[in-house]
Amino acid sequence: MTSTAMTAAAPGAAGLRSRPLDGVGARLRAPLQGMLGLLAVAALWEGYKALAPEDGVVIGETRVLPRTSDLAMPHVWDMVARLGEPTTSLPGAVPLWRTVADAALVSLGIAAVGWLVGTAVGLGLAVLMARLRIVELGLLPWIVLSQTVPLIAFAPVVRSWGARIEIGGWEWPPWLSVALIASYLAFFPVAIGALRGLQSHSAIHADLMHSYASGWWSTLRRVRLPSAVPYLLPALRLGAASAVVGTVVAEVSTGFLDGIGRLLVSYAGQASGDPAKAWAPIFGAVALGLVAAMFVTLIGVLLRPYRRGEAT
Amino acid sequence: MSALSAASTTRSRVAVVLAPLVTGLLVLAVWQFLVTVVEVSPYLLPGPAEIAEEWRANSDSIREAFWVTGMNALVGLIAGTVLGVALAALASWSGWIEGMAATVVAALAVVPIVALAPVLNSMYGADSEYGRRVIASIAAFVPVYVNSIRGLHQTTALHRDLMRSYAASGWQRFRSLTLPSATPFVLTGIRVASSLAVISALVAEYFGGPRGGLGSFISTSAATSAYARAWAYVGAAIVLGLLAYLLTGLLERLVQRLLPTGATP
Amino acid sequence: MIEQMSEPAGAADRPSPSFPPSLPGPIGVPAVQVSGVTKTFRTRAGLVEALADVDLSVAEGEFVALLGPSGCGKSTLLRVIADLETSTTGEVEVFGKTAARAREDQDYGIAFQQAGLLPWRTVAANVALPLELHDLPRKQRKERVAHLLDLVGLGDFAQHHPDQLSGGMQQRVAIARSLAEQPRLLLMDEPFGALDEMTRERMQAELARICAETGAAVVFVTHSIPEAVFLADRVVVMSPRPGRITGVVATGIGREVPRDDALREDRAFFAKVTEVREALHGSPVTGVGREER
Repeated sequence: MTSTAMTAAAPGAAGLRSRPLDGVGARLRAPLQGMLGLLAVAALWEGYKALAPEDGVVIGETRVLPRTSDLAMPHVWDMVARLGEPTTSLPGAVPLWRTVADAALVSLGIAAVGWLVGTAVGLGLAVLMARLRIVELGLLPWIVLSQTVPLIAFAPVVRSWGARIEIGGWEWPPWLSVALIASYLAFFPVAIGALRGLQSHSAIHADLMHSYASGWWSTLRRVRLPSAVPYLLPALRLGAASAVVGTVVAEVSTGFLDGIGRLLVSYAGQASGDPAKAWAPIFGAVALGLVAAMFVTLIGVLLRPYRRGEAT
Repeated sequence: MSALSAASTTRSRVAVVLAPLVTGLLVLAVWQFLVTVVEVSPYLLPGPAEIAEEWRANSDSIREAFWVTGMNALVGLIAGTVLGVALAALASWSGWIEGMAATVVAALAVVPIVALAPVLNSMYGADSEYGRRVIASIAAFVPVYVNSIRGLHQTTALHRDLMRSYAASGWQRFRSLTLPSATPFVLTGIRVASSLAVISALVAEYFGGPRGGLGSFISTSAATSAYARAWAYVGAAIVLGLLAYLLTGLLERLVQRLLPTGATP
Repeated sequence: MIEQMSEPAGAADRPSPSFPPSLPGPIGVPAVQVSGVTKTFRTRAGLVEALADVDLSVAEGEFVALLGPSGCGKSTLLRVIADLETSTTGEVEVFGKTAARAREDQDYGIAFQQAGLLPWRTVAANVALPLELHDLPRKQRKERVAHLLDLVGLGDFAQHHPDQLSGGMQQRVAIARSLAEQPRLLLMDEPFGALDEMTRERMQAELARICAETGAAVVFVTHSIPEAVFLADRVVVMSPRPGRITGVVATGIGREVPRDDALREDRAFFAKVTEVREALHGSPVTGVGREER
């Protein structure tokens, strides 16, 4: 049951790093295979577009595979080329990639705030749960359960908070609703992963610290936190991915105007006239997810000393 | 350590059941307190009773919407599972395919797949649910693939040597070694995927397309300030998520009983 | 050598400073005094009596081996002395204090079957861990760690990480760590159990040398008869279900006898091995080459 978070988090770690690296040839192989993988996806797209009927694959009355017209499925190269062209036909319009990058940066900032808050709360709660068993008993089942239900469903409801909450002269800004949902989604995997990590130290280390008459906090700092790192990193990565998804979805469902979410919806609305344009914000969203994951990878590099294989 | 935990077994067993219940009741009480005593605006938080009332009043449309979203998630889950297992089988056969897939899958795991929803809607046509089903299937594909690969890598060198010494045929080896050691992993992947499929199918509805699912009702209710009704649909979505999780969990148990494997991932 | 090391400055803050090993304790107070200790575990299957009415005394500077088959409670007895477990009944005194107090005062050093090094710390930082926890100033800490690593022959590996060392080297780091605070009592739970036979014999010789240099009392858990006879002044033989002491054999090999390969070939050594084996099996051993399992 509790494996939900970790299993879903694994691909980045397990998929890429399990390859043994020996020699330069092998080191080049992973990026080469990665490129080939992306090319294969593009080839699949173009192949389907070339071979399948114009109106898609229809079984009975329902279309199970999409239409292949240029309107529905633009060529991959058209999507890429469109990024370099101006956003609109108005004179002085910035190139499309620029518009997308600006929006993606706004979303990235919001996602980062959400991730930070969610991670901080998740870590704090994990420490509390590790300290007080009764808190763990009372909360953990709910946290685990909440991983399996679509919590994000309530995103549209939060929209109402934006206009209603006013504390003193301070008004609840719309981006805060988005960040709140992002942090909320990032919190759960971090709390679960961190707790599992804090409980992962070996019995022998616990005995050792006990024999040193070391206190709980000292043991936390010297043994439990360091040994939690290998569990924490996948949790942080999952948390980052959740924060990004949460941001994009929340932007759409709360009607937030400056982020990538609005571009996704509004450019798709223009797809009948400019089909390639709709793909630009998708690339932006992909980049957003990758940057977030890379950031966590960077944290992993900084924490590398704590990821050494467990010595006997 | 073991002595201490064993000594307090009885007490902790009671706490295991009681503590979450108390937490749940506490949350309900605080909620009701906020609504009835503090009189929080219903825009922020409608009361449980109001939501239950809305649920009763809209039970027919909730049932229909539940069915629409649930069907999308189910179709997506099945398609994603078939794809995931098939690609994992291919990848375990060729290291190059595994290497190529690794990057794409790693990217899919961190990328907001739901961003594809608006484009897919226009690819399938405005009245088709298949765009959402594609989203759900991509979301489900990732954990199924990852876990299947892990499962297919489970056979140890020792076991392979053993099968070789028995001069077992390829099919025998698959039947008596690969299948039993990989199955629990595949099932775990499906269980994780079921939650993701539900979430994705639901969230994809926020990005436009035909109305009728839980997601579209949540957003239209919220847009018309019918917050209690929106929460009622949110409740239905939670039930759907739990149902998917329970059913795939049951499937896991069932298969494990029919196909004793010993190992659980 | 350890005797010449100065008393740690931070030690004055602690309730009871650990004396340098050369200073004798209060006259007549044994290092370990176990009286009438029983230990009962509650498991799913019911009550398990791990220790039944155990009495044991270990004198200052004495090396005692606890020998017996798996499940005879020898590790449990050691853990009770270390205050890692609490005895169900009976009393445990370490240098005349309760076991809990002795633990808080850091009167013993401990080593387990697994080295239990923290993988993210270097060898030096691992040895420094107990010193760090008890606030020894950085400079003294450094000197002490360097000295300890020399003592176990790992001076060149101070900056290595545990995963870069062999099992035997890791275990030597663990022994250095157990000696860090100059304890007058060492508790060792099958420290060489996971090592290969060659490494094991070398480590036994090294441990004997280190003990001779520090003069610490040792309680050493093992299931190897030759190891027990080779190292110990007294071999305490235990038997399972319930765990209790069934015999005590004084090896009669004096402290002044060097623990080397010559001793392993000695006829008197073989005779002691046979005597301990008989004590373990409860009857005279007939025939040659009976295994001690």
